Amino acid sequence: MAVEYTWPDRGQTSVLGGNHDKIDGPAKCTGAAKYSYDINPEKMLLARVLGCPHAHCKIKSIDTSAAEKVKGVHVARAIKKPGDVVQWQGDLIAVVVGETEGAVAEGLSAIKADYELLDVFVNEEDLKAAEAAKRTDKSGGKVQLEREPDDNDKDFENQEFERLFKEAAAVVEGRYGIRAITHMCLEPHGSTCDWKDGKLVAHLSTQNVSGTAGLFAGPLGVTSDDVTVHCDYIGGGFGSKFSPDPWGILAAKLTKELNRPVKLMLDRDLELKNAGSRPSGFADVKIGADAEGVITVWDSHHWSTGGFAGGSVPQDVMPYVIVPPNFRRRVTNVKTNTSAARAWRAPNHPQGSAMSQTAIDDIAAKLGLDSYDVFMRNLVNVTAKERAGVYAEEMKIAAKLMDWKAKWHAHGKGPAKGPIVTGLGMAIHTWGGGGVPSGCLIKIHPDGGVETFAASQDLGTGTRTVIAVVLAETFGLPISAIKVNIGSSKLPASSPSGGSITVASVSESNRRGGLDALAQIKKLVAEKLQVDADSLVAKNGRIQDKNDAGKGLSWKEACSLLGMNPLEVKGRGAPGPKSKLSSSGVAGVQMAEVAVDRETGVVKMKKFVAVQDMGLVVNRKTAASQIYGAMIMGIAGALFEERIMDPKTGAFLNAEVADYRLPRLGDIGELVVEIYEPDSERARGVIGLGEPPVISPGAAISNAVCNALGVRVGILPITPKQVLETLKARNA
Amino acid sequence: MKAFEYAAPRSEQEVLELLSAERGRTEVLAGGTDLLGLMKKMIVTPERVVSLRQVDSLQAIDANSQGLLVGAMVTLDDLLDHPASHAYPALQQAIRAIGSLQLQSQGTLGGELCQRPRCWYFRDGQGLLAHRGAAVAEGDNRYHAIFGNSGSAKFVCPSRLAPALIALGARVRVIGPGPEDETIMPLEHLFRTPKDERQREHSLETNQIVAQVLLPAADGRTSAAYEVQHGSGPDYPLVAAAASLVRHGGVVSEVRIVLGQVAPTPWLSNEAAQSIIGLRIHEETAEAAGEAAVSVATPLSNNEYKVQLARVAVKRALLLAAGLETGGF
Repeated sequence: MAVEYTWPDRGQTSVLGGNHDKIDGPAKCTGAAKYSYDINPEKMLLARVLGCPHAHCKIKSIDTSAAEKVKGVHVARAIKKPGDVVQWQGDLIAVVVGETEGAVAEGLSAIKADYELLDVFVNEEDLKAAEAAKRTDKSGGKVQLEREPDDNDKDFENQEFERLFKEAAAVVEGRYGIRAITHMCLEPHGSTCDWKDGKLVAHLSTQNVSGTAGLFAGPLGVTSDDVTVHCDYIGGGFGSKFSPDPWGILAAKLTKELNRPVKLMLDRDLELKNAGSRPSGFADVKIGADAEGVITVWDSHHWSTGGFAGGSVPQDVMPYVIVPPNFRRRVTNVKTNTSAARAWRAPNHPQGSAMSQTAIDDIAAKLGLDSYDVFMRNLVNVTAKERAGVYAEEMKIAAKLMDWKAKWHAHGKGPAKGPIVTGLGMAIHTWGGGGVPSGCLIKIHPDGGVETFAASQDLGTGTRTVIAVVLAETFGLPISAIKVNIGSSKLPASSPSGGSITVASVSESNRRGGLDALAQIKKLVAEKLQVDADSLVAKNGRIQDKNDAGKGLSWKEACSLLGMNPLEVKGRGAPGPKSKLSSSGVAGVQMAEVAVDRETGVVKMKKFVAVQDMGLVVNRKTAASQIYGAMIMGIAGALFEERIMDPKTGAFLNAEVADYRLPRLGDIGELVVEIYEPDSERARGVIGLGEPPVISPGAAISNAVCNALGVRVGILPITPKQVLETLKARNA
Repeated sequence: MKAFEYAAPRSEQEVLELLSAERGRTEVLAGGTDLLGLMKKMIVTPERVVSLRQVDSLQAIDANSQGLLVGAMVTLDDLLDHPASHAYPALQQAIRAIGSLQLQSQGTLGGELCQRPRCWYFRDGQGLLAHRGAAVAEGDNRYHAIFGNSGSAKFVCPSRLAPALIALGARVRVIGPGPEDETIMPLEHLFRTPKDERQREHSLETNQIVAQVLLPAADGRTSAAYEVQHGSGPDYPLVAAAASLVRHGGVVSEVRIVLGQVAPTPWLSNEAAQSIIGLRIHEETAEAAGEAAVSVATPLSNNEYKVQLARVAVKRALLLAAGLETGGF
């Protein structure tokens, strides 16, 4: 009988969907886990790079001769050549390799460089200034109107928008936005590379173990089979670690040249300056709604920067999730002297949310309506119409957990306790999270041992544990019986970890491979016991008759039927519409309660509720952890985090952990996570969830602050400065 | 980090012998929480680092009826835990507000007072005055000075204990340059606003160190420190204020009000003190003192919000010192 690739029904599971500790938790807690930064091969040399002190300049000369003479320095070399243009502060211009940190540091300080300074622009928030500096380009837009123009309509578009706004019961105009933030991985970008016998071993901090070997090979003049990328543990990626990066290639070339291992990890300030940022997003928004608060017309122009090469938050996230029947959106790209943007957990969605779901909340304020009711009514216009019911259910659950109705007050009308006012806000989001075809190799040994191999990676979110849960469920074994091997490019190719695709991808491949392997074992048991293989199930460490637990073999006895060699089965995921194992597309609702000190502008999180669907839950504990982490990261973007550039020189001013403000434990408040997994969602199979819960915090928290103060602090992060300046402008 | 010589003397005299009269050649190592970062970024590049860790005379806390004598190498945690420090609520509150176990257990009293400014232009290697103040004036000065900033120096004094200690009337014992040289001076005199890049933000010569801090007996003096913090962790506050009071029948007879994070030095506000002397402390008088404090504020292009924060910090420090509710978080 053909194997049917499905998950067991609710109530029929042993470990699937339970709360399980990470299987690599003890290794991480004890320090036994080795991150790329921890890899120190014998005779290793240290490499460090020099960042350009100027944000926009032409290189006139770089002199490394004095650096080469420093004792302990092996190589001091320019990366840029005269005439090259540097486009952001911190761009790499030279590298020094030496025996000790001290020697390398001294070498770096001995490098002399001359620059011709060029005009600098870093303040993309000021669109007029950007235009004046000729740093903008239009990047398109879209108009959608319910009514069609007839032949006589001249200037139909403008007239139609005028009419729609005129007929609206309420119109709101505002500027909304969120400033650029940078990646801040605890483990910076970098690698330890080791060239031996014509082959490269790269211990790379990466979220793309499978895909990076080939990227090393070309520049080294070898083929991918001569490259092994290792990454057993990684201290954060969040979308910024998909490639070896120029400095990874540099380390690889240096180890080949010097025939000694070379470690090159970015210093913290160069990490912030070079390793990717999340584009800012600013928007002028005008929306109209009917008397119930349902948005009828939307008109927006947003702009942002993806760095020196331009790029921007794309048009399709405006408006976000709730898209009225009539809308117009325009986008302008701004080029700034900052490093290139990179994917950042849920690329573009947090910006879209922060620029549009705030405006929707302002309609509620304008009409004196409960924001909850307004969001609920606007669900008629969610982009994924079939998800509207899920949003509605999630909103009801979130409201109950927040005690929304009891706490609600009209914007700015809540009771004040001295200078302290409180407020509620919410936002909704969407994400894909479907899997991609990925491979694995499952080995079942004659003594009952089970191993699985895949060139996947664990970003710290629990990939290993998810794989172990899937196979433990499949084989009826405890989680501890599954040995998960990931983190080497020599293993069967697997997906990178980005876009929240990992869990669906590895669950697909391991479940499929696991069921195929189980079918073979069942067949052997069936022959031995003279029963029908279809009557057998894997349960409680046994392969047994589904109706008679006494009839069967222990897992070990069953595996002994394999003979001398292990059973090897390849698993290959086939995600897509036909798969019953995985799916794509989630909703999600978040509600924030804040307190604001009107005298100081300080905002404190009181309570933060997230209700999140993800299809079928594999490991409830790591799923909840993902959501907690995303909420905390979202609080950072909403209240603390921003890249601060010197307007004149383009220097990245807060490119250090000490200056780059992030929330601390006391800033988080009470987090409430509710996983929404009714049968209808569970039946969709596994969907990734790394990204969706990080999308809504900005808008939800901004809306809560607005509800508390009765005035919109339009630009995130909502710092005391922003709050006080907003209050002052209102009172002026 | 540049290679350097490490010295670990055992006596004050040995310390002074090891310190150079030449600026930049030697640096003093106390807890190291600031110095190491500065050395790694090569903002300071000493040839010799002189550790004070093994100098016993700098480690002691002595309490008597005259007050409290605290060695410069006493850690913030040890000071916090010492029973005699409980008589100084402002000091206790200021230490607790640092909000970092690491800084409190590793950081020392002397190091806390002598830490270098957090000004991001200084930390970017542009010098303490950063192009004679132009970098700050024309740049992003959201965390910079709103008082005493008319010259080139526009950074703020980073010390989180100085406002409380100055409000409490602390003095410092400075030793050096000679083996017998010692000076005892009000703590506020330790700080100065540098006029050029040759000067530091302290009045110490490069071969002088802070040896002890002397706190007069509390004698019925009440005190408090209040920091406006963006978040709850070890980040530096946006603005701070400390106040100490003597009241007779509820009426203020003596008061010292010191702001922090607002000027190149701790900012002793005579305006605020004058406004409240002879009055009882309540919401309105405290607010008026805050208003008086900021009457001489000169905010830069991007930090006017700090004026409001200074106003509130003074008000709340006074209310706290009088045992009243501040109304804030």
